[in-house]
Parts: sequence; structure tokens; C-alpha cells
Amino acid sequence: MGILDKHKIIEKNATLLLVLSFLVVSIGGLVQIVPLFYLENTIEDVEGMRPYSPLELAGRNVYVREGCYLCHSQMIRPLRDEVERYGHYSLAAESQYDYPFQWGSKRTGPDLARVGGRYSDEWHVDHLRNPRDVVPESIMPSYRWLEKTVIDGQYIEDVMKANAAFGRSPYTDEMFANAQDDFKAQADLDADWDGLLSRYPKAQTRNFDGQAKLTEADALIAYLQMLGTLVDFSTFEPAASR
Amino acid sequence: MARKPENTTKVVETTGHEWDGITELDTPMPRWWLWTFYLTIIWGIIYVILYPAWPMIKGATPGLLGYSSRAEVQADIDAVNVENAPLDAKIVSLDLAAIADDAEVGNYAISGGGAVFRTFCIQCHGAGAAGAVGYPNLLDDDWIWGGDIETVYATISHGIRADEDDDTRLSDMPVFGDDYLSEDEIAQAAQFVLSLSGQSTDAALVAEGAVVFEDNCAACHGEQGMGDREVGAPNLADAIWLYGGDLAAVTDTITNSRGGVMPAWSAEGRLTESQLRQVAVYVHELGGGE
Repeated sequence: MGILDKHKIIEKNATLLLVLSFLVVSIGGLVQIVPLFYLENTIEDVEGMRPYSPLELAGRNVYVREGCYLCHSQMIRPLRDEVERYGHYSLAAESQYDYPFQWGSKRTGPDLARVGGRYSDEWHVDHLRNPRDVVPESIMPSYRWLEKTVIDGQYIEDVMKANAAFGRSPYTDEMFANAQDDFKAQADLDADWDGLLSRYPKAQTRNFDGQAKLTEADALIAYLQMLGTLVDFSTFEPAASR
Repeated sequence: MARKPENTTKVVETTGHEWDGITELDTPMPRWWLWTFYLTIIWGIIYVILYPAWPMIKGATPGLLGYSSRAEVQADIDAVNVENAPLDAKIVSLDLAAIADDAEVGNYAISGGGAVFRTFCIQCHGAGAAGAVGYPNLLDDDWIWGGDIETVYATISHGIRADEDDDTRLSDMPVFGDDYLSEDEIAQAAQFVLSLSGQSTDAALVAEGAVVFEDNCAACHGEQGMGDREVGAPNLADAIWLYGGDLAAVTDTITNSRGGVMPAWSAEGRLTESQLRQVAVYVHELGGGE
């Protein structure tokens, strides 16, 4: 019998049982989790990805606050029907600055990973005000207060710092210093966008909600119109092993 | 001490443990359960050999089948594309007007265009293509830019006021409330516009509005308000209104202007040439095509 008889030692010693159980569970966890931090296919670096601009980040916060992820996923799976409908399958790198990620778990509404540029700003304004104005069969709630809620980006620098501290968002000191200005410039037709665009390439600059004031609708639409547009898929070569 | 369980004649082994005369039965696992368990272990070993599994230094073990989800989806897409390639090639080579009546690709184009329409167009134009306020109805005979198939195809390809396409359709109605016209003049023009479709309520204002219209609006909308497709100026003399045809809506339109945006579907690799043509055929076939 040998070693099989020795299990009595473990069974009779609660502390030893606890320590050994912990060791076994840890090994299981380590084998599953640790490789995700170094395997090449899980940390694929993709050209074009950048941290969110201040206004996009504010829009993302609205997205999270309103719980959009409960009905909308941001994760196009590598299946033909999804690629045909939503566009190129999502890459891990496209969520790399998301804290927390917005993959979602259920599609009551459509996937939004590549919604950027698919609809006009006016459509988004109409649709957020009352989805049934444009899609009669929609069951999405109305978010009519977004276009009425004025925002000034008072805390946007802190939000950016939180994203830099808790995740990998590589915001630079220059970005922090210009956070307020960039926040206000993106949806301001009279602003000089050169600095914003050099810090956040491909950021879309225009008056998103059609109103003079800067509202949560501006921020949310700036975020939505950016989704899925940062990676240039005409030059992206997927490594087949990934 | 081995105890005979009730309702059975078989003596069952005990574990040999004994606590104050109480012993523990050592009933073996059901045979079917045990074999299923062994099979799952064997299946697991085979799976690990065939598919990507163990994380190594740089990547996971690739597995004998060389499976990758990216390669698989690409193969799936390619397989369908290869199957459709002759049809797509023919659609691209045919004259636009000839596609719908072609025996080989006509049905393919219309149902394929319908699939494209339901994926990309219904959010604005509606599931039945009847449109909404600000988004044109595609079923009627009223076209802002033209309803023949070439024009429909060009509109779909390049969009309307789409920043991403240099060939996009552009028309800029002035914001007349912005220093161009006074409130009185706007009220007069609005009454004249309503009179074109027989809705006006104030003959005096209509007479004055005719002058305002002549000076400011007729250049694009025409003297009779019949519109001009060359510049995307809608017909104002019919009962079809994109942004509403009551006094409030017309006044708002004159004061603040309108300018809907449609994405350019040929830009940024959104739709293939064949898909553009299919959806143009589909929209043309909906009933309003000219």
C-alpha cells in the first residue's frame, strides 16, 4: 500500500490539508492564467491601437454607466456569419485599453465592436433620443437625457490617470497636461485639432450631436464612431497561428 | 464486521474502517460510470495531441491538425467566396440595368442585395425600406438624387455628405435663419412652400412668400418647387416630406436647414463591388425604381 496509506496524515491535519489544497489549486490556476501574460498570440501587438482620447473616454464611461454592455457585445467572434454581418473579427489588442473590457455576454442588441462610421451622427442622436424613431421594432430604451446633460470634463484627467494606473493605457505627461483642452476641442468646430490629432491619431473631430453645448451625447457618439476603426484592416495581416 | 445490506443477497465489501462498531460500505462505482470516466480521459489525451493545448515558452503546442480559429474562419469565408465567385464576377461584368433580368444571377443579386440591405441599411431606411423622419422612403417614386439604377448605385457607393468619400453627393441648403432671411420672410416662404402642395392657410403670406421663394429657393428647388435632382434639392410640390410637411417642420427646415448623412458604402472596404451592385438592384426592385 505504501504511499496510499499516508493520506491519513493529511486527513487528520487540517492545516496541512489546507496548505496542500491551496498548492494544488494554485498550480491549476497558474497553468491556465500565467501563459496568457507571455504567449505571443495572447499579447499580439497591433498597429493603430492607442489609448482613448479624453472625450472618447468620457463617452466610454457613459457607455459603462448606462450598462450598454448588458445588451450589446463588443466582440466579433471568428465565425463566418459574424464576420459577414459585423466586419473583421475582434482582436485581443482592440480591447487592450479597456478597463474593464466591454465584450459583454449577451446580444439583445447587435454587436458594437465595429459600429464606428456605420451610421451618421444624426442617426445616433435620433436613435439615442428615441430608438423607435429610426428602428420601429427596437426595444432599446430611450436615452434622451444624454443630449441634455452638459459635461465639462472636470475630472477627465483623473479618469485618465486611473486608466493609466490600473491598466496599461500609456497616457503621457503631455496627454495629461492637455486633457482638458483635448476634451473640449474634439467636438468644437472652432478648435485647433492638430495637437489632439497628433496625440490621438484617427480621432474624429466634429460636432457630434449638432448642438453648440458639449453634452454626454457628444462624448458617447465620439466613442461609438471610433469603435473598431483604429486598426487598418487593409494592411493588417493575421498570423494564421493565432 | 461486514453487514448484509437490506434487499440484496450479495455481500458487499466494507472499507475496513470501523468506528464504535459502525463500518463503511465500499460499494464499487457503477461500471458504466467508470468506463465513461476512462473514456473521457482517453478523449482528453487525444484532444491534446490533435489540437493546440499546452502552453510552452513562446506559444502553445500546435497540435497535429494545425487548427486555428483564424485559419478556420478564413477557410469558411474563402469557401463561400469561391462558390460565389463566378456569380459575383458576372454581376460585376454585367450592365447594372441588365442584372435583375439575367437568368443566371438575377435572383442571386436580389436576394444577396436583400441580405446586404437587412444588415446595413434597415437601421435608417427601415426593415421594409419605408424610411423614417429624416431617412428617405425607398419604396415610393420620389427620389432626391434620382431613382434609376445607375444613380441608386452611385448614391450607395459614395454616400451622401460622407466625409470619407471625395465623390460623395453634396448639397448644402443654406441656414436661412442665420442672417439670410428675417423671421417674417421665413414665415412667408413657409406658407408659399405649403401652397405648392395645397396646404397653405394664408393667401396674403403666400403672395409675399412667392417673392422670397423666387429670390432664395428657386435656384435649387425650381420655380414651381419641383426640385432638382442634379443638386439633390427635393420636390416641394408633392405630399412626400422627408422632415415633415406641416408648418412647424417646414419653418424649422428653412430656418435651420437640413442635411442627412449616408455612409459611402464603397469606402474603407465596407462592401464589395458585387455587394454594392446587388443592393442597388435590390433597392431598385423595391418598387420605386425608374
